[in-house]
Amino acid sequence: MRLKKNIAISETGFIFNPSTGDSFTLNPIGIEILSFIENEKKYEEISDAILEKYDVDTITFEKNYYDFIQMLKNNHLLENE
Amino acid sequence: MEKLRYESPIINKVNAGMPDKFGMNVNTKPISYIDGVSVKDLLKDYGSPLFVLSEKTITETYNNSKRAFTSRYPKIQFAWSYKTNYLNAVCSLFHQLGSWAEVVSGFEYEKAIKNGIEGKHIIFNGPDKSKEDLIKASKNGSLIHIDHFDELYMLIEIADSIDETPKVAIRVNMDTGIFPQWDRFGFNYENGEAWNAINRIMISKKLNLVGLHCHIGTYMMSPSPYSVATKKLIDLALEIDHKYKHKIKYLDLGGGFASKNTLKGAYLPGTDTCPTFDDYADAITNVIINSQISPENLPTLILETGRALIDDAGYILGTVLANKRLASGRRATIIDIGVNMLFTSFWYEHEIFPAQQCSTQTEDTTIYGPLCMNIDVIRQAIQFPILQKGDNVVIKRIGAYNMTQWMQFITLRPKIILIDTESKAHIIRKNETNSVFENLEITPKYLKK
Repeated sequence: MRLKKNIAISETGFIFNPSTGDSFTLNPIGIEILSFIENEKKYEEISDAILEKYDVDTITFEKNYYDFIQMLKNNHLLENE
Repeated sequence: MEKLRYESPIINKVNAGMPDKFGMNVNTKPISYIDGVSVKDLLKDYGSPLFVLSEKTITETYNNSKRAFTSRYPKIQFAWSYKTNYLNAVCSLFHQLGSWAEVVSGFEYEKAIKNGIEGKHIIFNGPDKSKEDLIKASKNGSLIHIDHFDELYMLIEIADSIDETPKVAIRVNMDTGIFPQWDRFGFNYENGEAWNAINRIMISKKLNLVGLHCHIGTYMMSPSPYSVATKKLIDLALEIDHKYKHKIKYLDLGGGFASKNTLKGAYLPGTDTCPTFDDYADAITNVIINSQISPENLPTLILETGRALIDDAGYILGTVLANKRLASGRRATIIDIGVNMLFTSFWYEHEIFPAQQCSTQTEDTTIYGPLCMNIDVIRQAIQFPILQKGDNVVIKRIGAYNMTQWMQFITLRPKIILIDTESKAHIIRKNETNSVFENLEITPKYLKK
């Protein structure tokens, strides 16, 4: 799973997709996860890092993570694989 | 090292469009306590979902409305509208505060009697009063508000047969400049039916015409139609005095005062746009005081407002059952509060709050109830923080009609709690169980296994 190469991401969580002209905002944890994805981290690595840092259980994070990924797909921000 | 507070990752599309100059608030601030009682504790002790009523808010709202009217007019009487919320505890509280009872069926009439209200302090409205109901109400000296000619003639017959003179008023419907004009109840003013009914009552000499009643509409967002209605009732009262030398003892302006909820389709929130009790009181009392009625003969002003007195005092607490994505990617949150118990979600954009600290990040969300029915939508679109399964929600301003118009459909109805002025919770209605309904059903023997 990879982000499209032409997606512009600012440090404050603002995303711009030049192919569609759409802009998005992310919350801080969304920025963190997106930067993991940008660095091609696997789900297990992302999950370990988040569970280490935040007060959340494995199942809640897993549900939220895959929901987030689905939203990235819906918004055409991921490469088709 | 202490871990940081978690919130779901969120991505929101930026939608360019017309800016909203009013900048509506997004409710991410939780309601964790109601009158000093923890929402989580209530749900733990009494189950989810749960209706909660605040005695403190009921009393404050009643006193506020009483002050608005009594500071402007000397003879004010409130009558609690049973259909708005006829839980015995609620009715008893309003009666303790000084309200009479306003009922619209034999069932409600019986409730009022059992709640200790004297017959003479019961106003009997509505189009469906049986012969037995009318006999009972006549003997008890209740105020019978006649809805149609069939009732009027039946009452004249009853008066003859029981040798009583029932105390009556007629309900008058009229054009007050609003749409829709309510003309299905009572006798019309403009076409002369109301005057016709008055003449029949006066000429019969069997009934004692003590009042005139109207109820011009519901959720009235402007007070001025009440001025028109008051003027028309006063015109009838003056005509009666002129023709029959008979003084009307009370004018009953009914109810219809709006609460602070936001109606579906409204651009601005109800908290900013709905009139106050002072606005309604001004509109009504000024007309009476400035009329041709002499000061020594001023009629009592009866008010049957229900919704505006109890909506703010009601809460429903619930729990998130699931989150999901709709085909469009839109977020949907399913809670255990359905339209079967929150009937008013068909009319209002109810305010929904999280019950616990949560992210200030929100997402455009549809909130569904738990019923396997497409109509079970609590909010079609709301900017709402992402809650997890098991998190709790609080819906405000639901005290009116939900606890009477609710239905036993698919699930059973939950408990209702009253929090008293000392922050003590009392169960005032138990939750339903399967046996409640099984006891009512009879399966023919040949269908039993």
